[in-house]
Amino acid sequence: MRLGTTTLPSPPAGGGDAPAPCAITLRPGADLDGFRSAARSLVAQRVPPEAVTWSITDSPGLFGSDAEATQAAPLALPKPVAALIPQVIPHRDPERYGLLYALIWRVCHGERHLMEVGSDPLVHRLHRMAKAIGRDLHKMHAFLRFRRAENSGGEHFVAWFEPDHHILEAAAPFFVNRFRGMRWSILTPEGSAHWDTETLTLGPPGDRGKLPEGDGFEAGWQTYYESTFNPARTNLKAMRAEMPKKYWHNMPETAAIPALVRAAAGRTEAMIEREPILPTRREPARAVAAMADQDPKTLDALNAIIRRTEPLVPGATQAVLGEGPVGATIAFVGEQPGDQEDRQGRPFVGPAGQLLSRAMAEAGIDRGASYLTNAVKHFKFEERGKRRIHQKPTAGEVSHYRWWLDRELEFVAPKLVVALGATAVLALTGKAVPITRARGPFRFERHDNRFQGFITVHPSYLLRLPDEAKAEAYAAFVDDLRRVEALGQELAA
Amino acid sequence: MDETLAKKLRILADAAKYDASCASSAAPKRAAGKDGLGSTTGAGICHAYTPDGRCVSLLKILLTNWCLFDCAYCINRRSSNVRRAKFSVEEVVNLTLNFYKRNYIEGLFLSSGIIKSPDHTMELLTRVAKSLRRDHGFAGYIHLKSIPEASPWLIEEAGLYADRLSINVELPTEASLQQLAPEKDGAAIQGAMAQIGERIVQAKAEKRRFSPAGHSTQVIVGADATTDEALIRKSALLYGSVGLKRVYYSAFSPIPDGSAILPPKPPPLQREHRLYQADWLLRYYEFTPDEVADASEGGMLALDIDPKLAWALKHREKFPVDVNKADREWLLRVPGLGARAVDKIVAARRHATLRLDDVARLTSGLKRARPFLVAADHRPVGLTDRLDLRARLVEPATQLSLF
Repeated sequence: MRLGTTTLPSPPAGGGDAPAPCAITLRPGADLDGFRSAARSLVAQRVPPEAVTWSITDSPGLFGSDAEATQAAPLALPKPVAALIPQVIPHRDPERYGLLYALIWRVCHGERHLMEVGSDPLVHRLHRMAKAIGRDLHKMHAFLRFRRAENSGGEHFVAWFEPDHHILEAAAPFFVNRFRGMRWSILTPEGSAHWDTETLTLGPPGDRGKLPEGDGFEAGWQTYYESTFNPARTNLKAMRAEMPKKYWHNMPETAAIPALVRAAAGRTEAMIEREPILPTRREPARAVAAMADQDPKTLDALNAIIRRTEPLVPGATQAVLGEGPVGATIAFVGEQPGDQEDRQGRPFVGPAGQLLSRAMAEAGIDRGASYLTNAVKHFKFEERGKRRIHQKPTAGEVSHYRWWLDRELEFVAPKLVVALGATAVLALTGKAVPITRARGPFRFERHDNRFQGFITVHPSYLLRLPDEAKAEAYAAFVDDLRRVEALGQELAA
Repeated sequence: MDETLAKKLRILADAAKYDASCASSAAPKRAAGKDGLGSTTGAGICHAYTPDGRCVSLLKILLTNWCLFDCAYCINRRSSNVRRAKFSVEEVVNLTLNFYKRNYIEGLFLSSGIIKSPDHTMELLTRVAKSLRRDHGFAGYIHLKSIPEASPWLIEEAGLYADRLSINVELPTEASLQQLAPEKDGAAIQGAMAQIGERIVQAKAEKRRFSPAGHSTQVIVGADATTDEALIRKSALLYGSVGLKRVYYSAFSPIPDGSAILPPKPPPLQREHRLYQADWLLRYYEFTPDEVADASEGGMLALDIDPKLAWALKHREKFPVDVNKADREWLLRVPGLGARAVDKIVAARRHATLRLDDVARLTSGLKRARPFLVAADHRPVGLTDRLDLRARLVEPATQLSLF
């Protein structure tokens, strides 16, 4: 990028002399680099804004070469000032550089907080210029239309756009971020931008004649535009305020506007004057039936839905469904399947499941006659070497899966629901309940489901305990299961 | 684009246009990955405006306008004689991608009539979003209209691919729902909205993606006798209870083939505009629903002045407010001063004493604000108490009337 040239006076000798005039020339367009180096030099040389004249030329260097040597130190500017400068530079107003330099000067001479004073005429004017640039950029992002062309490299999208200000370079990153996988060119009267899926290149002014003649989707787009218009709400002033006419000739859909407006009043009157239609084919019963029909009618039907749904957290081999007879007296709800369960597709078959089986047997509960399931239906894990380490489901995951648990229990209709561990309790109550305090009989009420329940620990908790604590905790667990068994007997009777 | 597809597009865009929302905002900023397509900017972009002055941001279409339901206000109701069409999932995906590549749109807003069953319909909607994201790496905006009657696990899935989910309340009271939309169930709508709201909050906390641009709803204005006050109270309730991002107010619009139980004439569009203003007072100006009600007459907002001005005129004893001294919350009550203007005033007055000229550079609403403000060189002597103040501040009617 070419640097602007700066003709600087000799440093002021001090005293009250009027500063020597200083002429700066910058390249056409948005010359941020040229302005920056000029501003640095001018501030370093203490040249006040009124002594500077700013001009623009295609051939910098015309006015002498002494300036290019003076690369002054960067200016330390408050953030809002530094942010405003690139927002104003693309403005086509030739006074922009002088105004920005006046701002920098004042900020560097005692008015550090000037940007906060939005009521100051200079700040106000610069804000309005920045706003105009923001709007120009926004309209370019919004109203630019690509047309598809085929060339040797395949698909190539080309657009012609006429911005109000020197914004092509500032507008380009938006298109890169959005159309990264496409090859495209944006042509403007001042310059062009080209993207080849990897690199952005800025080039000379574009030629409107290079734009493809048309595009296969323009007619469809116009159809859409016509159809989405509601004639009963015609408001041309609002349309023109947001989409001024100057943009129309580059937007294919606007060709429809005159006809739409002409027909609007007639279409609206016709709608209002037409005799209202008496509902003849009303059959609400069918809709109601369709809604009732869609619900899974059996546990198998529900399980089919669960089986074909993807895990919320990717990784699991399969969904692990509940197991046991419909109508079982006792249903056990665990947390989520583990490594073994995920491989075999059955609940409670891993180490914790085996421990549960043993405890159930000791407590006199027939595992085959009970229903066993999990709050979450897919295994979540972290891979460590060859091992898959179980990860506890989050509250969001438990909520995501809880609809199935609710329905499942509706089908099984157990007399007693045993929550094994905190996750099961969360799934059954919707609340975090501390196990140690709630351990024992509990009433689960959720939506339409009401179950006599029992809260105890998850068997995997027993596996994690140090050996010396294990025996006692296991005995307490078996004790809980004995109470469960008794409660089950009582409720079944 | 072939003629059959164009014909479907005509029918299914026409059928979708009564949904007021076309917003593509509030999604987290995204850029296309390598070889990908699509980005979101946060604020959203309007790619065109139709002669009704409304923004065209998303490709807003129905998957189908066949419908089992018979909601009186709806052009697609079962008993209506409109022409019917149905897109395939692939057709919607291709249309979206091709429009997007030409920079016509920010993304897709997909809704549908209910075919076969709510679940079947919801599954199709989700398949479109999933295919765009998974098969095409599409990172643009997707708004899915959720079907409240669908099974909750389907809504769980939809939220994984959509930027925004919405469910239309349409009618604010159970009685109107009974009369105009007999198949709809207010409790189901409320339940599904609560589910979406809860999941959005959880997903944010767990840094997971679920409808990251929030959820919204639409109520129809003027199809039943509900007052503005009742509408605003309903909105306040929804913002609070299910964490809605936006409530859209859609003035009931005459539709071809209208039902006989609808009112014969549409409400003035200005009513819709005033409701939006009142809604903003709730969300950004610290007004309570009671204060909005206070600004109305018999539950209805004035059409000729905005609700903030109406409130100020009723509470003249609280004004004028000193622009150099008043608390932010009181500056927010001044008619004509927007929230951003108030922020600028608060910043500027730390360094300067503001005169009326200064205020003029900070807001475009000075004409309305003037009688309610004190500045260094201005005091509205007696003006605040003038009987004709209201008449002096009435906006000239700008809405084009077609009648």
